[in-house]
Amino acid sequence: MKIVVCVKYVPDIQSDRRLVDGRTARDGGDGTLNELDENALEAALSVVEAAGEGSVVVVTVGPDDAVDAVRKGLQMGADEAVHVLDDAIAGSDALGTARVLAAAVRHVGGADLVVTGMAGLDGLTSLVPTALASLLDVPALPLAASLEVTGSTVRVTRNLDHASEVLEADLPALVSVTDQANEPRYPNFKGIMAAKKKPVTTLTLADLGLDATLVGDAGSRTEVLEAAPRPAREDRVLVNDTGDAGVKLAAYLVENQLV
Amino acid sequence: MSDTLVLLDHTASGALRTPVRELVTLARSLGGGVTGAWAVDGAEPSAQTLAELGALGVTQVYRVTADGADLHAAAVLAEGLAGLLEATGASTLLATSSFENKEVAAHLAVATGAGVVTDADALERVDGALVAGKTVFAGTWTTRCAVRAALAVVLLKANSVVAADADAPVEPQVTEHAFTASASATRVRVVERTERPATGRPDLGSAHIVVTGGRGTEGDFTPLEELADVLGAAVGATRVATDEGWIGHDAQIGQTGVTISPRLYIGAGVSGAVHHRGGMQASGTIVAINSDPDAPIFEIADYGVVGDLTTVVPQLTAELRRLKG
Ligand SMILES: Cc1cc2nc3c(=O)[nH]c(=O)nc-3n(C[C@H](O)[C@H](O)[C@H](O)COP(=O)(O)OP(=O)(O)OC[C@H]3O[C@@H](n4cnc5c(N)ncnc54)[C@H](O)[C@@H]3O)c2cc1C
Repeated sequence: MKIVVCVKYVPDIQSDRRLVDGRTARDGGDGTLNELDENALEAALSVVEAAGEGSVVVVTVGPDDAVDAVRKGLQMGADEAVHVLDDAIAGSDALGTARVLAAAVRHVGGADLVVTGMAGLDGLTSLVPTALASLLDVPALPLAASLEVTGSTVRVTRNLDHASEVLEADLPALVSVTDQANEPRYPNFKGIMAAKKKPVTTLTLADLGLDATLVGDAGSRTEVLEAAPRPAREDRVLVNDTGDAGVKLAAYLVENQLV
Repeated sequence: MSDTLVLLDHTASGALRTPVRELVTLARSLGGGVTGAWAVDGAEPSAQTLAELGALGVTQVYRVTADGADLHAAAVLAEGLAGLLEATGASTLLATSSFENKEVAAHLAVATGAGVVTDADALERVDGALVAGKTVFAGTWTTRCAVRAALAVVLLKANSVVAADADAPVEPQVTEHAFTASASATRVRVVERTERPATGRPDLGSAHIVVTGGRGTEGDFTPLEELADVLGAAVGATRVATDEGWIGHDAQIGQTGVTISPRLYIGAGVSGAVHHRGGMQASGTIVAINSDPDAPIFEIADYGVVGDLTTVVPQLTAELRRLKG
């Protein structure tokens, strides 16, 4: 069983996140592995452990620092790592990113299972997993709150806005997992030491045989025209309850025609 | 100017989901006609639903049927819509910004070359190109985003537009759009699907008012439910409250739960952790009731009450009841 886990390096959500020229600023120095991708790694490692055989390759696409994301994956227990690094990728939309990931998965010889997090905590579009599956021509089973691989079948449960579902597909397939799927393990000392010896392969678009016009700004089908921090709210009110805060609040809601 | 096709999200019993009315209202402002795609996933549009769509100005409703395949599978629905978009020449597909529709949009992006914008809160045509508004980074930034492709798929957040009927009602024509799903689209098997029972309260994702409880409720949501019922509001929760089993997981608001943008959000016993804010910070007016004056939610609240929710919330409910007579 060979599993590829796609992870993203994102600005820490506790930090002051910004856009520069319509792109997420990635120069803050407080980037991190997208938290939800830890669930993806945990899911992949658990599947391999349950099967008693297999390997996990962790793949990321991003600037220099993004290598930290795959290193964390290696520390958690992944066997090898791929970092796709190329200036031409900057500004890619979800589809551009999915194209690079698809090429990377093919480059490592394909996978029985591709696992991703449910969303990147920066853009939050959730488009990449399904687009990636579609490009790889494998079935997509997104938003898994649990997953199970039995033989060559993967089965997931998921909770949607109006329904819950059980989905099934034959491998090869792609699954994106939610933070309900598991409790990610912490890298231990042994894992951290072992990670230092594991290979990280850096690839360019040329290595992947991918045309630069299909990714980055050039390949993007959407364009951010303007971006600005939302102005601070005005007329904010803060009251200490001295016994009538509920009454005051009701008056505020009625006055402002909010109810 | 070519038409806009609206995906008509509906309940299992054939009623329109409320945000669809907002989508159609917006679609009318884009110029060109407005048509609708109805996935026949068991439910058919009732006569009343068709009348509602007519009042909103939808001239054509396409009944999309998949020849035995399950239209709940995103890949199948996407194939039906791709074929329909091609057959009708519509240049824009509008749908509600739900996780299911994001899956459909991703398939469409690959299959048709469409440019996709998710979580849009506005949409207009500027010199022929579609430009969407959207907030990012937990509602702290606003952006405007143009679609460069010939086909645009735009997913609109609920409550972004005030729904309104068209000036003159029309009688929608109902046309069949049958297709056979490909072998590749039917590889995902929907083994089981359980619709969530209706609660009698509005849907969390599209409610105009949401009352949210966190750890501070200590498990007792009754005061919040009573407030919600006076307001006709939905009840939401933080992950702590859902993890504790105080309320169903589907009530979770936040980055890994439901994203909401109601006109009014009331949070009680909610600290305003960044993961939670990601799902609610774009709300119109934010009210917070918390006993800790340093709770981060006060940084984003329009109206904050430092106080104990177990006294403030029932008093608020009683006063609103009194004012409403
Ligand atoms: C990957 C990841 C994803 C996550 N996704 C989400 C998500 O989608 N949604 C989400 O909500 N969380 C999410 N979380 C969890 C999030 O980080 C916070 O832990 C959570 O939002 C806190 O919930 P809370 O506000 O109910 O609890 P707390 O942070 O414990 O706050 C409780 C508040 O209640 C107040 N309080 C206590 N008693 C009273 C009283 N009697 N009256 C008034 N106030 C009182 C306290 O002062 C406190 O501020 C996620 C975490 C991770 C790691």
